[in-house]
Amino acid sequence: MSSKTFHGGVHPKEYKELTENLAFEKFPFPEMVILPLSQHLGKEASPQVKKGDDVKPGQLVAKAEGFISAPVHTSVAGKVMSLGKEQTSSGFPKDSIVIKTTGTVESEKFLFPPLNPETATPDEIRERVALAGIVGQGGAAFPTSVKLTPPKDKVIDVVILNGCECEPYLTRDYRFMIERPDDLISGLKLIMKALNVNRGVIGIEDNKPEAIELLSSKVKFEHGLEVTALKTKYPQGAEKMLIKTVTGREVPPGKLPMDVGAVIQNIGTAIAIHDAIVKGEVLISAALTVSGKGIKNPKNLIVPVGTTIQNVIDYCGGVTDDAVKIIVGGPMMGVAQFDLHVPVMKATSGILVLTKDEVAENPETPCLRCGQCIGACPLNLMPTKLARYSQLNRFEDAEGAGITVCMECGTCAYTCPANIPLVQWIRLGKQKVLQIKRDRDVK
Amino acid sequence: METTTTIEPKQKVYFDLTTSPHLHSKWTTSKVMWFVVAALVPSIAAALTFFGWTQIFIIITAVVFAVGTEVSIQVIRKKQITWFDGSAALTGLLLALTLPPNFSLSATAIGSVVAIGLGKQIFGGLGYNIFNPALVGRAFLQAAFPVQITTWLKPNFAVDSVTSATPLAAFKFDKIFTDTVPMAIGNVGGSLGETSAIAVLIGGILLIAVGIVNWRIPLSMILGMFLFGGMFWLINPQNPTPIFHIFAGSFLFGAMFMATDWVTSPITNKGMWVFGLGISLVLVVIRIYGGLPEGVMYSILFMNGFVPLINRYTRPTIFGAVKEEKKK
Repeated sequence: MSSKTFHGGVHPKEYKELTENLAFEKFPFPEMVILPLSQHLGKEASPQVKKGDDVKPGQLVAKAEGFISAPVHTSVAGKVMSLGKEQTSSGFPKDSIVIKTTGTVESEKFLFPPLNPETATPDEIRERVALAGIVGQGGAAFPTSVKLTPPKDKVIDVVILNGCECEPYLTRDYRFMIERPDDLISGLKLIMKALNVNRGVIGIEDNKPEAIELLSSKVKFEHGLEVTALKTKYPQGAEKMLIKTVTGREVPPGKLPMDVGAVIQNIGTAIAIHDAIVKGEVLISAALTVSGKGIKNPKNLIVPVGTTIQNVIDYCGGVTDDAVKIIVGGPMMGVAQFDLHVPVMKATSGILVLTKDEVAENPETPCLRCGQCIGACPLNLMPTKLARYSQLNRFEDAEGAGITVCMECGTCAYTCPANIPLVQWIRLGKQKVLQIKRDRDVK
Repeated sequence: METTTTIEPKQKVYFDLTTSPHLHSKWTTSKVMWFVVAALVPSIAAALTFFGWTQIFIIITAVVFAVGTEVSIQVIRKKQITWFDGSAALTGLLLALTLPPNFSLSATAIGSVVAIGLGKQIFGGLGYNIFNPALVGRAFLQAAFPVQITTWLKPNFAVDSVTSATPLAAFKFDKIFTDTVPMAIGNVGGSLGETSAIAVLIGGILLIAVGIVNWRIPLSMILGMFLFGGMFWLINPQNPTPIFHIFAGSFLFGAMFMATDWVTSPITNKGMWVFGLGISLVLVVIRIYGGLPEGVMYSILFMNGFVPLINRYTRPTIFGAVKEEKKK
């Protein structure tokens, strides 16, 4: 089996063996949930409940504001305790609704009337996806209904389901592919229908041969569907890398996948779309991998949105004595946490507890100009230069060198023998450059 | 919205807080440096085999004075002491391996002091120097001790026809060509480390395999030798063949260990091609038309000077950018 790939990238140790053979477990209802009003990119949802209200699972508690936004539903039955700023895993506090759980009766759950996937129209699919509050499960949490509504002048000819899961440790998408292959294909077909596209590709890294085999056998007799094996290399799951590998097209800087005729959806998103259409469910649970050598019992879990990370970690047996770092997301792009009283959100894909020997922090030395970061950058940037410009406050040079193109995948900092925190500097420079750009636009 | 209220008091836990990525490859500056030192072991072994075990004193002297100079300057400048990162020891070792056998130990010490002092620390230390420090040290010795540094020793196990003259000197002054086989094995006259092409290649290929040496530099130098050396040979068959150029003198040692020095070579892949081809061109010209029989050192130092310029003009095209321009 020959696997396709892209230029650059790295191959970190995978650590998938910790959880890849563990089936999803359902997390019990927590005592309380914290529901940030902005669990997506775009405008914050506006609250529809007030302190003291009783709510049922699946009930709308905040409605979408404008086009690029998503509604929020409660994942438990309970009483609204407060509305206010709460800390989140992004590192920033966000306006949130806190609900104390009073009952855990599953049958009370709010459901939309199921739609027949065969007869549902593209508009019905889009409307349901929007009402169900579905956001991209890959991490960026872009409202999915927006992605299913491309501008009229964009011609989309391929939908790619992202089954790469190129971040080490994470096995959530893999478990979906193994446990729910039919639902996943159903979700893919619904996406293709909404976009009026005839070609659907499921891209899977070749470190998951069982998933490739299983899905290949499932799509064998499906018209227009195919499974593509991709070489296991980080960041294969980045949108631009995946499109390039599957279609050969390059998304130009500052453009979107739809500009080259492609729409990418995450495996988890396809499942959520299937559940919303076929079962009428709203998005109130997050599938995530809890892993790392610092957690006592690694697991793949289905967790009610809003459960605190502390609850999840306790459920997995707590942390070991040598744990040094807790990350929400994957180890390459996730965010280190200082407060465990933060909620699992719709797009949370993993909680990792890492020990000292996994994070291996070494002292920083001066740049040796070895060029490893440049050779590894999948977007052909010069990370060492961008970081230097940022250190020296030379933001115009940084802009000229393409700092805003950087997707912060971390490949450069991973590979740097001098241990320079390249991503940290580039991120800083990027913020400054974007600020300067905004100011320029205002003038 | 009300102000912050929560059900339970917030329990803060202070863990390691750094930005992503949270994983890192196992390489560090010092691991890389010591690994390169290890890759030089075959060359050291070859040197001791062909020129006698006493040559180890040249190596020890060079390394001790290189590290000593590094530490002294850092102490004087009140900078962090970093000798254990291995870079100074590596510079000393590289310098020693470019010297002829039985070279004076005091001159070796001077070479090391110059290599670290003028070649590296004066620019601000590791990562900031423009020219390969070991070669700066050697260039100084070449100017200061021109006779000593071209006085060669007849190697052990040499067949009778082999003289103590290096293959390049034999060619330059007497128009005698040495066979490739002895040059590859190393029982010919020459500097300590450059004598055995095979030992150099073992270390070099190891470095390429683990990704420390970017294969583009040695490959472009070898291809450049075939191109430019071949051109001169075709014009005038009296000139050496490209194969002779490659196996003679310190070409391979330079290609694997000197030109590939991270700090003083280009950072872009395209730039590495320009750099390697440039070295070969300059080298062929020096060897054929220059006053000296060998020119690897000068050609690398010469191209080191162009590295900032090469970097500037070989910036890689950002992913997707070309196609956008074409559309316009």
